[in-house]
This record gives sequence, C-alpha cells and structure tokens, in this order.
Amino acid sequence: MQNHPHQPNKLRRLMLKTMMALPATMLFSNVATASEVNSTGLAVTDDTVTVGILHSATGTMAISETGSIQAEKLAIEQINASGGVLGRQIKYIQEDGASDWPTFAEKAKKLLVQDKVDAIMGCWTSASRKAVLPVMEQYNGMLFYPTFYEGLEQSPNVIYTGQEATQQILKGIDWAKETKGAKKFFLLGSDYIWPRTSNKIARKHIEKLGLKVVGEEYYPLGHTQFNSVINKIKLKKPDVIFTTVVGGSNVAFYKQLKAAGIDLTKEKPLVLTLSVTEDEILGIGGENVEGLYASMKYFQSLPNDNNKAFVKAFKKRWGDDIVIGDVTQAAYLGPWLWKAAVEKAGSFDIDKIRKTLPGIELTTAPEGYVKVHPNHHLWSKSRIGHAKKDGQFDVVYESKELIEPNPFPKGYQ
Amino acid sequence: MFADYTWAELGSIFAMQGFSGLILFSVLLLMALGLAIIFGQMGVINMAHGEFMILGAYITYLTSNLFSTYLPDLFGIYFFIAIIFAFIGTFLLGALVEWSLIRHLYKRPLDTLLATWGLSLILQQLYRTVFGPREVGVTLPDWMMGSFAVSEMIEVPVNGMIVMVITLFITVGVFLFLQKSRKGKQSRAVVQNRAMAGAVGIDTARVDRFTFALGCGIAGIAGATFTMIGSTGPTSGQLYIVDTFLVVVFGGAASLLGTIASAFSISQAQSIMEFFLSGSMAKVLTLLTVIVILMLRPQGLFSLKVRR
Repeated sequence: MQNHPHQPNKLRRLMLKTMMALPATMLFSNVATASEVNSTGLAVTDDTVTVGILHSATGTMAISETGSIQAEKLAIEQINASGGVLGRQIKYIQEDGASDWPTFAEKAKKLLVQDKVDAIMGCWTSASRKAVLPVMEQYNGMLFYPTFYEGLEQSPNVIYTGQEATQQILKGIDWAKETKGAKKFFLLGSDYIWPRTSNKIARKHIEKLGLKVVGEEYYPLGHTQFNSVINKIKLKKPDVIFTTVVGGSNVAFYKQLKAAGIDLTKEKPLVLTLSVTEDEILGIGGENVEGLYASMKYFQSLPNDNNKAFVKAFKKRWGDDIVIGDVTQAAYLGPWLWKAAVEKAGSFDIDKIRKTLPGIELTTAPEGYVKVHPNHHLWSKSRIGHAKKDGQFDVVYESKELIEPNPFPKGYQ
Repeated sequence: MFADYTWAELGSIFAMQGFSGLILFSVLLLMALGLAIIFGQMGVINMAHGEFMILGAYITYLTSNLFSTYLPDLFGIYFFIAIIFAFIGTFLLGALVEWSLIRHLYKRPLDTLLATWGLSLILQQLYRTVFGPREVGVTLPDWMMGSFAVSEMIEVPVNGMIVMVITLFITVGVFLFLQKSRKGKQSRAVVQNRAMAGAVGIDTARVDRFTFALGCGIAGIAGATFTMIGSTGPTSGQLYIVDTFLVVVFGGAASLLGTIASAFSISQAQSIMEFFLSGSMAKVLTLLTVIVILMLRPQGLFSLKVRR
C-alpha cells in the first residue's frame, strides 16, 4: 500500500476507524479473529486451536507414557471447560510414537507441518526427545517435555516440565548425608544414557561432599537377574544404594533384594531411587518396596489443596484405582503453562509465546507452585518420599525454597 | 581383585555366587525347556514362546486375585494351584495355535518364524487390551519372599529354591515322558521319520498337536514361576526370548541334555564374570564366548545323530 499524505481525508478516515476499533478490540479481546492472534498460519480458527499429543501408546514405553497422555488430556479438557485459550476451545491430535525414536521424529514433523499445531505435549525417554529435537527446531515448534532427565540440554523450542538432574540428585544425596548420616554409596543403574549421566553427577557430588562411592554397576535394559550385584552390595556394606534402574528390571531387582534378606524398612542399607514412582510400584508390589526412599518433586500424597483437587479430578476422569506418578504430574503442567503463555502473549505465534514463557508461573500446579526459568526448565521444590506398603509415599523432606534449574552444572559434566 | 577381601569373605563370595549361578541355571533351563521341545522335536521356531510365558504369569496374577478375594485363608498356597492353571491355560492355547496356524506350515519351517512372530504381536496387543499397558503386581505369600540365613554373609532366598525345585521336577518329568511313555516315544518317532511313523499307525497330526501344546504348557509354568523374580506386562515376554533361543541353539537343538548343559555353562560363566566385571560386560563376554563356540561347533554342544 502506498501512502498518500496529500489525501488528508482518507488518512483521517483511517485514523478515526482505528480509534473507534481500538476500544472494541480491548473489550472483546478474546474474540479477536484468527489472523489477529496468529500471523504465522497455525491451525487456529475463530473458535478452536489445535495442539498435538505425541507419546507411545504402544510398544515397551506405553507402560510409562499412558499416565502422561491421560494427564495432558485431562488438562486440555479442564481448560476447555473453563473457557479455553483466548476464547478458543482446544482440539488435540494424538499421534503414537510407538516406542520407536524415528517414528517420534516423523510424527512430530507431521504434527508441525501438516496439522500446524500450536504446541506439542510429548516424548518420555531422552532418546525420543533427542530424535524430535531437530524437527522442533527446524519447523519452529514448541514441545512441552514432562520427564525428569539427565540435563545437559537446552532448546528454544522445548519447555522441560520435569526436573533436571541437579534438582533431583544433589538434593537427594544432601538429604541422605544430613538426615541419615550416609557415608558410603553404591550406584546401580540400567545401561543407557540417563542412568550413566545421573550416576556421574551423583559420584561427583558424593566425592565433593567428602563421602565415598564403594561400587558402580550397570545392567542391560530388561535384565532380570540381580543376584550377583546383590551379593556385591552385601560385601561392600554401603549406607545407601542409589538406583537408576528403569522399567521391568525394577520388579526383578526389588523382589530379589527382599528375597536376599535386605529389608528396606531397616534402612541398612537405605535405598534411594530416582526411577520408582507410584506407577512402577503397581508392578513391583507395595510389599516389596516398603521403606524405599525416592527423590522426586511430586508424590500423589502431597497434602496441598491444588493436589487434592488434581487427584480427585484425575481419578474421576480415569478411574479410581489409578495412581499418579511424578512424570504424570509434570505432563499435566504442559497445557496449563502453554495456556498461560499464550494468554500473556495475546497471540498463538510461537515466537511471541517463547518470549513470554520465562517467568510464567502456575500457582495452581499440583506440586504447589512452579515458574519457568529463562533456561526453559522449571523452578521446583525437591522432595523425598518414603514408600508405604499400599504403594503410596509419605513426604519426609521438602526443600524450603524452590530449586533453580541448572541443566549445565559446573564441575559435574 | 581378590586383595580387597579376607579369606572368609572370599569363601562367602564363592558360596553366594555359586548359588546365584544355580538359580540363574534353573531360570534359563525352565525358559528353554518348552522351546527345546517345540524347536528340537518339531523344527518349529516359536517366536511367541515369551508370550506364552507371560500368559502363564497373567494366569498367576488372576489366580492370586481370586484367592485374595474369595479364599484369603488359602492364600499361602495359591501359587501351586496357579502353576497348574497356568499349565492348563497355555497348553490349551498351544493346542489351538497348532491346529489353526502351525500345522499348515510344517513343510516350511522358516515361515513358522514369521507366523509365530505375528502371533506374538497379536498376543501382546491382546494382553494390553485385557490387562492394560502397565505392569501388574503379582502378590506372593510372605513365606515365599523370605530367606534362610546360613551365616552372616550367606542368605539363601526361598524363591530361588522354589525355582530350582520346580525346574528339577519339570526337567525330570519331561525327560521321563520322552524316554519312557508311549506318547513320548511316538513323538520322538515322528521327529525322526514322519512318513515311517505314519506308516506304522501313529497318528502324526495328533502327536504334533500334543507336543506343541506340551511345549507351550511348560512355557506357562515357567511364566508362573518367574512372577517371583520378574515383571509381568504385555511386552515382558520379549525380555526372555533372546536368552531362551541362545540356550536352545547353543545346546544343540534336538537334545534335552544339550539344553541342560548349555543352560549350565552359560549361567555359570555369566554368574562368575558378573562378580568381577560389570553386569553389561559379563553379558557381552558370555555372548562372545557362545558365538565363538558355535563357530567351531555349529551343531551346538550336543547333537542328535539322525540319518536324513
């Protein structure tokens, strides 16, 4: 359009129009037309906005990711019931990553390019996230990733709603030292990136505190014979068995630990885990993990009002016998954080959302309160849970302050 | 590596590791027995063996729920009834699978691999639909999860002992069955020369069905037993299948003695190395050793001499 300053009439009419329209837009801002709040061609109409859910509904990871899918759907339904986002109802397109990392990347591309979703809630394993990451960056998507993980990553296109390693590990070890007088640690994990990196950070921290690592062992994923390592543990007499064993191996590990005469309730040795939530206990059996300590930011038994409402709504939606673990809660945060950012930005444009995300806070989070850090991780509290026979945790420790996320801890890499 | 320990500790180490090795041996043998019968006697590559095991585990889970709801007084012994149920359930499913799928493929052994692999996927999805994608917790009576303290260092887990006893029982049973019973002899005859066996009046189709179902039934017993030490989920069967085939192939497909020898050597090697190396490294070395031996002796440790 060309400007014609010598046509004052036209200009005046335009200015008048704009001035008349302004108060109207301010009053009815939530009925702004799609093109006003979305200049980048995303799947946003005057009544709806589309997001993607990308998890494994099939394959070996379905066991873990089912809870995340349920939490994300619940959050979306609740947001819709309370009026949606910028006056629009959220539609979701669910894709199945099928526990296969290339499939995750392919489906992420489909969601971004073909479906033009405004955000993706998804991924669980670090491997699937690493596969999806280049796609998110190439097509400028926004991924809300729920799992606690090893850190050493930061992306403008990902919000990490779970804890990174330092929030979970350092505080857990500090607690074992201060409260339980632990001096000797035995590190045990499944053999892939997350346990190895976590144990590396744990070892550095243990040695920094002047304590001792008396053993470090890894077993292949799905390993079911832990008798040898249990024998070693008995010989080395550690104060703490620090475990990052994942999946079905956990069932074998705790059953064999019990059968070998190591009673967790006696806390000699004490077992501190990063990888057993309420979900895993369903499979292991509460009677086999009674006395176990877990370092997480969330437990289903957290006694605050936000959490009571969340647990009630979750059970009402998905069944009374369901349990909620740490990652499930972190997945629930995704849609709410996204909604808060979109509303603060007043736009669905990814670049605008990204600018507003740091500093976004949720006072309604089941874990209490969270805030997004400029490094795209969440400020959160550290907590230690003590497992009971019924498969739930008593929270025995909670950090006073929110812990600042630090995905690239100095001296721990 | 020995310098860190006292003599008394070393003694305990060897006692405990020896016992761990024996438990692992029992587990491997119990996994492989059913497969050895099906693969060794019939030449069918049963990729769904793990799923039959998990069916046994799920039946145990259902039985435990049944007992804790309706017969809580008898909960202490439910496990042995669950094993019988597991055998019957997997035996019947095995017979059905043989009738509907396997018998059409006897002349094409490689196709049985594909067909049973498909079957394993179908069964996994079925379990997921019925029991949900999460793992289920099989509750065991307290006495089965305990241990005897032999000395301060050495504790003998009860569940390990139970696995050993069950394995011993099943192995002897299978051996006697194949060597002594009429059905067992017929089954071996069919393997050695199908046409001739048919000519002397053996109903080869029935023998095949029975043999296949028996192998599946043993898998079911193995699955029920492993609820004591492992996980029960739709895909847990996959955890066992590689080790199972390793044992059977290493032992020499058609020989039960070979299966026993192979399970024993693999478990002892694994158990000893696990103590001095890391868990993953022990597994790698075990696999390497097996590969080298199989290169030198492709027929496996023991082989059946049959004129073809």
